[in-house]
Parts: sequence; C-alpha cells; structure tokens
Amino acid sequence: MPRTDFGPPKYTEMLPPVIQENYGKWKYHEIPQPGVLKHVSETGAALYTVRIGSPRLLSIDFLRNICDLADKYCGGYLRFTSRHNVEFLLSEAQNVDPLLAELAAQGLPVGGTGNSISNIVHTQGWVHCHTPATDASAVVKSVMDDLTGYFTSMTLPAKCRVALACCINMCGAVHCSDIAIVGIHRKPPKVDHEMFAKVSEIPNVVAACPTLAIKPNPKTKSVDINEERCMYCGNCYTMSPALDIVDPENDGVAIFVGGKVSNARSGPMFSRLAIPYLPNNPPRWPEVTDAVRKLVEVWAANAHPGERYGEWINRIGWERFFKLTDLPFTDKHIDDFTYAAPTFRSTTNFKF
Amino acid sequence: MADSKTPNLDELEKGPWPSFATEIKKAAATKANAKGLMMQLERSYKEKRGHWKHGGIVGVKGYGGGVIGRYSDSPQENPEVAEFHTIRVNQPAGWFYNTDSLRKICDIWDKYGSGLTNFHGATGDVILLGTTTANLQPAFDELADAGFDLGGSGSALRTPSCCAGQARCEFACFDSMALCHELTMAFQNQLHRPMWPYKFKIKMSACGNDCVAAIGRSDFSVIGTWRDSLVIDQAAVKEYAAEGLDIRGRVCEPCPTKCLKFDEKNAELTVNAEECVRCMHCINAMPKAIAPGKERGATILVGGKAPIVHSPLMSWVIVPFMKIEEPFTEVKDLLLKIWEWWDENAKNRERLGETIVRKGMRNFLKAVELEAKPQMVFQPRANPFYFWWPDEINSSDPASEETSND
Repeated sequence: MPRTDFGPPKYTEMLPPVIQENYGKWKYHEIPQPGVLKHVSETGAALYTVRIGSPRLLSIDFLRNICDLADKYCGGYLRFTSRHNVEFLLSEAQNVDPLLAELAAQGLPVGGTGNSISNIVHTQGWVHCHTPATDASAVVKSVMDDLTGYFTSMTLPAKCRVALACCINMCGAVHCSDIAIVGIHRKPPKVDHEMFAKVSEIPNVVAACPTLAIKPNPKTKSVDINEERCMYCGNCYTMSPALDIVDPENDGVAIFVGGKVSNARSGPMFSRLAIPYLPNNPPRWPEVTDAVRKLVEVWAANAHPGERYGEWINRIGWERFFKLTDLPFTDKHIDDFTYAAPTFRSTTNFKF
Repeated sequence: MADSKTPNLDELEKGPWPSFATEIKKAAATKANAKGLMMQLERSYKEKRGHWKHGGIVGVKGYGGGVIGRYSDSPQENPEVAEFHTIRVNQPAGWFYNTDSLRKICDIWDKYGSGLTNFHGATGDVILLGTTTANLQPAFDELADAGFDLGGSGSALRTPSCCAGQARCEFACFDSMALCHELTMAFQNQLHRPMWPYKFKIKMSACGNDCVAAIGRSDFSVIGTWRDSLVIDQAAVKEYAAEGLDIRGRVCEPCPTKCLKFDEKNAELTVNAEECVRCMHCINAMPKAIAPGKERGATILVGGKAPIVHSPLMSWVIVPFMKIEEPFTEVKDLLLKIWEWWDENAKNRERLGETIVRKGMRNFLKAVELEAKPQMVFQPRANPFYFWWPDEINSSDPASEETSND
C-alpha cells in the first residue's frame, strides 16, 4: 500500500533559527524602505524581510535561483506571501544591502509594503484553465508593468489590492479587492445537443442555473436555454462541456472597485461594478491597463491619507465617484440579481 | 524577431515586471510539454480564447482528489500537451520553506513534469503545472518521500491556509500556523476524499487585518481578536508624537468608534476599551506604541464565498470569542457539528453560506448548539415573520395548561 494522509511538512522545520527563537515574541515592526520590513523581538533580536514581486507562474529555474539567494543571504530560508510575493528572511542586517543589490541586478522588483500596490492575486487564464473568459497572466503582466512604480514605492493614500479572476468563478478573494479585474462572457452558451446527451447529467445542469434559464428537453435528451434569462455566468458550462460559452469576439473583462477584507476602521466590503466591459485585446490589454491606471490615479489624487478605495467612495458617494472618474453609469450598474433591493437608494440624501 | 513563432509571448517578456512568458520560455528550452504549452498559449493570444478541455478523472492511489485532469482541446496541433495535469501539493503552514525542501520539489518536477509551477494557487497549495497521467503516481511517490502530501480538490475540504501569525507578526492573537497545521492533520480524510455536497474552505488570520482574506472566501473563518483592552505604551506614544505623527488626525480621527483620546499637551493616548471594536487601525498606525490586549483568541465566522452562484457572501460571526489553544478541541468539535448539518441539509454544489440562507440561521445555530448573540447581526429583523420552537409555546392541551397555571 502506498503511504497516504501524512499531511504537509511541519512548519517548524521551515523556520529560520531567528524565528524559532522568537516565535510569538515579536514586539513591533518598521518599514525602513519600501519592500524591507524589520521585525524586532522582546529579546532584542531583529528579523529583516526583503519582499520581491514574482509572476506567480514560476519555472524551476526561478525557484532554484531564489534558493541560491536564500542560501547565500538567509541561511537557506524564505517564504511566500498570500499575494505571490517572495520574502527573503534575514537575521543579519549587513546582508540586506548586498541582497538588494543582487536583486536589482537581476531585475527583480523589491516592494509591496505599506501604502503600495502589492502583487496582483490572479488565476490561471488561458495558461491552464478550461473555462476562462480572459487571460490572467498577460493582463496581470501588462497592468503591473504599468504600475511597477507603485509597487516599489509607498506614496499612495493607503494600500491598494488589485486582483484578477479569469471568469466569474472568481478563484481568490477577487470580489473583495480595491480593484478587481474579472473575465466576463456576454452571450448565452450554445448547446451542442449531440454531445450533451453523451457527456452531461441533466438534473445537475438544470440545477446549476441561478436564473432558472435551463429546461430539460426530453426529445433531444438535452436541454434548452431561455436566452432572455441567461446572464452568462457560465456555471452550466462548468457542469457540461456541451454548453460552450466562450466567444472570442464578445468575451472581455469587467472592473469592480472598493472592496477590502481588512477590518481596519470600516468592515470588509465587496468590490462593486465600475466598468461593465472592456475588450480582450492581447497581448497587452491596453484598454484595461489605461482604466486601472486612471482608477488608481483618481483615488490617489482625491482620497484622504489612510483611506482605502472603498472608504474613499463611501465618504464621497458613488455618484461623485462616477463624476470624478468620468465613467459612464449605465443600467448594468444597477443590480437585478439575488440581493439587489438593499442597493437601491431609499433616501433623498444624495449629491448632484 | 520578425520570424519568431511567438510574437505575442515575446512582447510579454518586455517591461519592468517579472515575466511569466520568460518563465514559460525557460521551461520550454528543456521540456517538450512546456514548449507545447508555449505554442498553445501563443495561439490563444491570436484567437482570444483558451484551448483546454474539461478535466477527466485522474488521480493517484488511495486519494479521491489532489490532482486536476487537464487536456488540450487540439492534441493534433499540440500533442505535447494532450495531457497536462495539475498536482496540488499541500503547502507548509504560512508558506515558509527551507531551500532543501524547495529544491526537492524542483528536482521532482524536473523529472516528471513541465518544470512550471505556481507559488501558490489561490487556495494556498503549491501548484505543479503540467504532467501526463502516467507520471502522476511516480511523481507523487517521490513527493511523499520528500515529505510532501497532496492538497484538496473537488467536493472536499480544501487545503487550509493561514497568515504568518506568531512566526513573524506582533499583531498575532493566536498561533494561526499551529491551528492550520493541526486542522490539516486532523482532517486528512475530509481533505483527500471528496464526500460532501461541495467544497469547504478553512482559513485563519491571526488578527482583523485578515492577510489571507478569510472573511471573504472561506466557509469557516478564524480571525484573531482579544476581549480586554488594547495595551498602550505611553513612552512609545511620545516618540511617535516627537517624530511628527499626527496622532489626533491619523489615529484618533479615523477610529470607527472614536474611543481613543489624545492629550496633546502631555502626549498621552487613552482608550475607552468598552467602546473599542478592535478594528486594528490604531495598532497598524502605531505598532510600536499600541498592541492587542492580553486576553487573546479569535472570532469564528462562517459562510464566506465568491459570487458563484447566488452571490458573494462575507462570513458571518457565529462565535464572538473563542480561546484558541492546543489541542484546539473546541474548533475541531465545532467543525464536525457544522459538517454534519451541512452534509445533511445542503443541495448538490451548495456552499455552507448558501445552505444557511436557505434553511435559516436559527436552524443552523440550533444544530451546532450555539446561542443567539447580538454580535452575530448588524441589526435585528425589521419584519414580524419569525418562528417559535414548539417547546416555547404553551400547549393547547388542557391538562398541561392546568399544570402551567400552578
């Protein structure tokens, strides 16, 4: 019998001595420069963290290279963050500058701390997903190429979390991001009746539709779609490959803004629709990079110090947000899904 | 570059941000399947669509998940990626690694896979991207020898994940890495053998900053907090004031309950602890001067999920405060009760939060033996349409009425 259910390696094997010795004893931290953290323990010991951006999609060459750097400067220890950054963990202050110099020589950006735009949490896209409405890696690369200066500095009013999901399944916490880029479809799926009968379970497909747009068709041993009810979520396509919803000419991305997960000041918030559609325009998605830059810059110019994207909008009001960003407000922005009613304004208090 | 076969990927190598296209090309230099991926991806950029089929069932012996089948939709054009499956490898808690372990993963993936990985997938696993059906078992066997097990997939417990917690953070209100590891070890069967209505995610953040987005995307969210007063070091407050921090404007003013008072003359900061909601703002702003209280633990919330299919949900408070101490029996018992109720009541592909909305929070709370508390809601209901339990109502049976009149 093969060995099973032994679980992941115990994390204690993965911690550098300075962390083992000071586990649970950290007293405070500072950010001496963007991308560098200094944690100080009750014992007086210090841990330096150097954070770099990564493309998340890594070759083993990249991994072996960061292992070499960690062996050289960090006694052989490193970690990754929840936003796909790499963190080098140094117990020797004198190793920080040589490591920074080597990272600079290799072109690896150091940053993502404090009031910055950290790495973009994202999904697989055309690289490896079977239901994407857009690519992930190329859009992220293009947006981050444009925003690298905000990764390597800390000049924004607050942190700004950007995320991308290549379809509305939204793998990752995309729906609670300051700026969320989401792949969307705009046409109902096409049913391949012949294929459907062979590969699908009718009750599961019917049940997958949140708007009850799918009905069984006993004649074809397949299903019919009431196209007027379909809002193109693709949940049925996840259940059956015979319901192809991919449409290269009409698929694209939407941008949602103002979400956060942190409880600091205001509670966590969902991101809300700002831009209903931008086209897929490979390889650089210029419409998306322009839109994201503009969204970042309007916030940066108008928010109070410390105000996250959604906190800024809550203060000024959404009507003011659309005015300041010069984005058209359309019927797409008004919710008509499950929990729509509480989003309609039931007061005469608003701005012109 | 005019005769390049990959003009789109070539373009994506330019610019200051590290390039995934470069990573794919590096792997493609020595691996035929990585080259196949490169050519298929280039085609996707030309045609504006993906070229992967729905997964088939593949796996390794003894497991019901952990491997995702992936097949090219055009194997005649890109035969190298006809099979290009994913292996999910359970990450060490907090995503800490020693380089020996990381190099072992690289060597195994050099031998059996495309040489391409994700560090990490959205749920938290190491993602080994692209191998054949035949290579799955030998790759897993060597991963096992190196001490790495598979993560979750399908309608199972998904790989739990957590923040760096006490390993590198002074804000940590409980040992998130110990809890994450312990829960992962205790529930290996639920993790490796899909047996539920749908996926179930557990995430833990050791303070309200919630660095792993537990509240937004986990069915069971553990978020660190404290029950007494935050702790203020007045000497450090004076240092911040001397350094020029606008304590009144940047710390007291944004406080959501205005429970902080700054006496500018004496550079003294005081808190009205009863009014504090422990949001972390002041601690984030002055980490040297303000710390969480001494009586630490966590708030337990349930039901968080992404929008598919009835809407996104944020996790809801069900236990305002729980001590989180080894061996974490209280957390484990609560999880078992939740799973029993959800497994019994959920429809196919219904996440816990959706089941709670459909069946009613009162039924859920009763099943998991928790009492209603005001911390569970923003506000009480505004309608009169509520239920009574049978034992809360006087019986119409005259015999029992007599006894109740005594």
